[in-house]
Amino acid sequence: MSEAPSLAGLYVHVPFCLSKCRYCDFDSTTAHADLLSEWLQALEEECRLRSGSFGPFDSLYLGGGTPSILEDRQLERLVTALDRSFDIVQGAEITIEVNPDDVSPHRLALYRALGFNRISLGVQSLQEAELRFLGRRHGVKQTLRALEWVRSAGLHRVSFDLIYGFCAEDQPPHRSLWERTLRKALSFDPDHLSCYMMTIEGETPFRRLLDEGRLSVPSEGELEELFLFTSEFLESEGFIHYEISNFARSELSLCRHNAKYWDHSPYLGLGPSAHSYREGMRWWNVRSVRRYCHKLRKGELPLEGSEMLSKEQLDLEKLFLGLRTRRGVEARLLIERPGAGRILDRLLGSRIVEMREGRVFPTRRGFLLADGLPLLF
Amino acid sequence: MSNIRNFSIIAHIDHGKSTLADRLIQYTGLVSDRQFRDQILDTMDIERERGITIKSQSVTLPYRSKAGGDYELNLIDTPGHVDFSYEVSRALASCEGVLLLVDASQGVEAQTVANLYAAMEHDLTIIPVINKIDLPSADIERAREQIETELGLDSDQALLCSAKEGLGIQELLEAIVERIPPPRGSRDLPLSALIFDAHYDPFRGTVVSCRVFDGALRPGDVIRLMYNDATYKVEEVGLFRIVREPRKELAAGSVGYLIAGIKTIGDVRVGDTVTLDARPAPAPLPGFKEVKPVVFSSIYPISSDDYQSLSDALEKYKLNDASLVYQKDSSAALGQGFRCGFLGLLHLEIVQERLEREFDQAIIMTVPSVQYEFRLKDGTTVMVDNPTYYPDPMEIERSFEPFIKASILIPERYMGAVMRLCMERRGTESKFHYPTPGRIEMTLEMPLAEVVFDFYDRLKTVTQGYGSFDYELSGYRESDLVKLDILVNGEKVDALSLIVHRLRAREWGVQVCDRLKEEIPRHQFKIAIQGAIGGKIISRSTISPFRKDVTAKCYGGDITRKRKLLEKQKKGKARMKVVGAVTIPQSAFVAVLKTKQE
Repeated sequence: MSEAPSLAGLYVHVPFCLSKCRYCDFDSTTAHADLLSEWLQALEEECRLRSGSFGPFDSLYLGGGTPSILEDRQLERLVTALDRSFDIVQGAEITIEVNPDDVSPHRLALYRALGFNRISLGVQSLQEAELRFLGRRHGVKQTLRALEWVRSAGLHRVSFDLIYGFCAEDQPPHRSLWERTLRKALSFDPDHLSCYMMTIEGETPFRRLLDEGRLSVPSEGELEELFLFTSEFLESEGFIHYEISNFARSELSLCRHNAKYWDHSPYLGLGPSAHSYREGMRWWNVRSVRRYCHKLRKGELPLEGSEMLSKEQLDLEKLFLGLRTRRGVEARLLIERPGAGRILDRLLGSRIVEMREGRVFPTRRGFLLADGLPLLF
Repeated sequence: MSNIRNFSIIAHIDHGKSTLADRLIQYTGLVSDRQFRDQILDTMDIERERGITIKSQSVTLPYRSKAGGDYELNLIDTPGHVDFSYEVSRALASCEGVLLLVDASQGVEAQTVANLYAAMEHDLTIIPVINKIDLPSADIERAREQIETELGLDSDQALLCSAKEGLGIQELLEAIVERIPPPRGSRDLPLSALIFDAHYDPFRGTVVSCRVFDGALRPGDVIRLMYNDATYKVEEVGLFRIVREPRKELAAGSVGYLIAGIKTIGDVRVGDTVTLDARPAPAPLPGFKEVKPVVFSSIYPISSDDYQSLSDALEKYKLNDASLVYQKDSSAALGQGFRCGFLGLLHLEIVQERLEREFDQAIIMTVPSVQYEFRLKDGTTVMVDNPTYYPDPMEIERSFEPFIKASILIPERYMGAVMRLCMERRGTESKFHYPTPGRIEMTLEMPLAEVVFDFYDRLKTVTQGYGSFDYELSGYRESDLVKLDILVNGEKVDALSLIVHRLRAREWGVQVCDRLKEEIPRHQFKIAIQGAIGGKIISRSTISPFRKDVTAKCYGGDITRKRKLLEKQKKGKARMKVVGAVTIPQSAFVAVLKTKQE
């Protein structure tokens, strides 16, 4: 776990979905074809403007929204633009987020041909009622067929996104359904899983459902149990629990791109609302797709804001990001602060964190408390 | 001298003292109506907010009487709380008369009586004034009757007014001129002036409020303060006319100020006598008393880096509040700080608020304590106002705690509730008398420790605001005292220890544990709170930990947002104290002593 200088990550935000999921507060619109083609043109312009200024990259991540709704030609155009402007090294991790109902043998072949070597599938659930409740487009049958295609396409690096910790109307509580979903998912042999505990975000239909009493969320104790179960179960299946919500089949299966967010490696984000970071500087693009397109039509960078992190802010970020991963943080980051030694002892004693080789890292239970831990130091 | 009148207004709380003072100021034209703001004499924010006067103020009112004479009426405003009774006595000593206010609807109250006695002790002319006659509930006849029966004053002499509506103000001013005698004294005698207050001016140093009895005081004079024999050269003398108005001299009979390059207010004692160094008065004026604090608590900076800043703030604060005493203190839990003595719990709260508001200090005050006396087996006696210095129990032969004589005036219907409250607080030797039908005056002996915290609040609650309360210290009594320690996760928090009566220890222990359970937020780990005497645990409570406190996703755009949230939370946490590994909010230290209001 040395601090090897890592290459940069490249992120492209595709801010479109065919329909909006009921729990989602990500930046996406359910827009029509015109806006999409405008966005693509703007993105090409952004690539040109940023060309050569950043990189080389050893990861590319096409996220959203729903990147898989791009048509073949659009996707080709996008990849061409990226290749033209940026140095993406041989052997880079190149991921695309894909919705199960956009999967077909043809599309999978296209992804491979365009150089994508990792697929992140938005499975979310393998229970019919839950999928409907979440507002997903796909049903279980369709999903299973998609998973089958992905497996037979011979892609080695496949990740599933799953959600747990919510209770659809008239459904029995979580644990047994969740375990069934997990087992079913594992039968397709993914090399990576992102298991997200449901968070009810601000302005979402889920928030409304919750307020109206039509959605029940498990108690703190039940969530704790679900989380611990997930972690124990997946580890017993040979996965590494390397971040609060992320599990990898092996060291080679860790998501290289996401890790860059957590260890302050440089990354460049393209597309509306995408964030970038390099050497203490963070900047981000405008959220609105229209304003994004408008600025780039005028040949301007679509910047919304930026910040230069002070040493203190950088340390705080290192602290809270580190405490979300199994790598943890350098012990010196904690111990420097007055009174920290005793707090650390307390956390060690309560088996919330462990310390090894000068680093402090959260235990399984520590992951569950990660939000408050940075406040103790 | 014959055109000077020196007077105070005395009243039960809320009977309209400040409003009347305002009206007199306005009527005599000292400020224009346009400049007028309510309660001019209460200049501190806290005084306005709490509706009480903390510092004495005085003002010289110019008045032309109906008969055409020009007068200087010196109104000496007095603090209105039991914590400041000595200051009140010095202000009264500076007067020849008082206006005794009685609320037309409330009638005579406990403090009305206490104030009357105080005025009588100083042989002052008393003008009874029935205020708030404009209220629909005003019962002037009943008020008159009470003035006769309860105060023993001639009710025909009582004036009627409404300070709020400005009714009867001129008659009042006429009565001041006619009934209150002009000051006696001779300007030919050696200077003798009574200090009744002092405040600090950042540009001029200490501004001393005084009443000149004999002689005269002029700029250039070298004065001597008789208590500590310090000498100063007078720079300026004058009158308070809302703003300071310099004069050539203050002669016998006058009330005004002097500025003499006195650096800190601590160099000046209220009640001390000012005389001339060259020609001193033969003896100081009577009645000087060194004010002694009765409640003690330590002040610590929340962040130990702020110790110096707190030290500076206290020094500056002390410039304007001579009754605060403090010295260095240290605590295992809280680090370096100051042990402070206060006149009472109100005084303590005022100091706390002013340090926070005016001096921008983030502080923690430890559990307040009174001063106990321990006689040890080796024959020595120690006074202990800080539980940290509670002697080894094996060495203690006898323990004593301060008692007060409390006087409580209540409508009869609350008697049961008040008795219960007083018995809970270890009151003894209660006596009753009935000043008027339907009202009871209770006097009883109570341990000071039982009243300093929230007795007055509780009394007001159980009497729905009708009870009034006054006390004086009555000496030490033997008492079975123990030290109650509070342990947070097995670790003793010295700042939460308190000395209590053995029979009350368990009750206190339970209360403190329960209150801390409410005050301390949940943590990542379980927190056990225990009360212990010696090594024996007598009470406990547990704060269960968070079981889940995590957000699932943290990618590109989430990082800045999350960091900003943490920065905000950290700022909030800066107002808490970490003891061991547990974060204790500032409020917890004082809150533990306040019983929960049902």
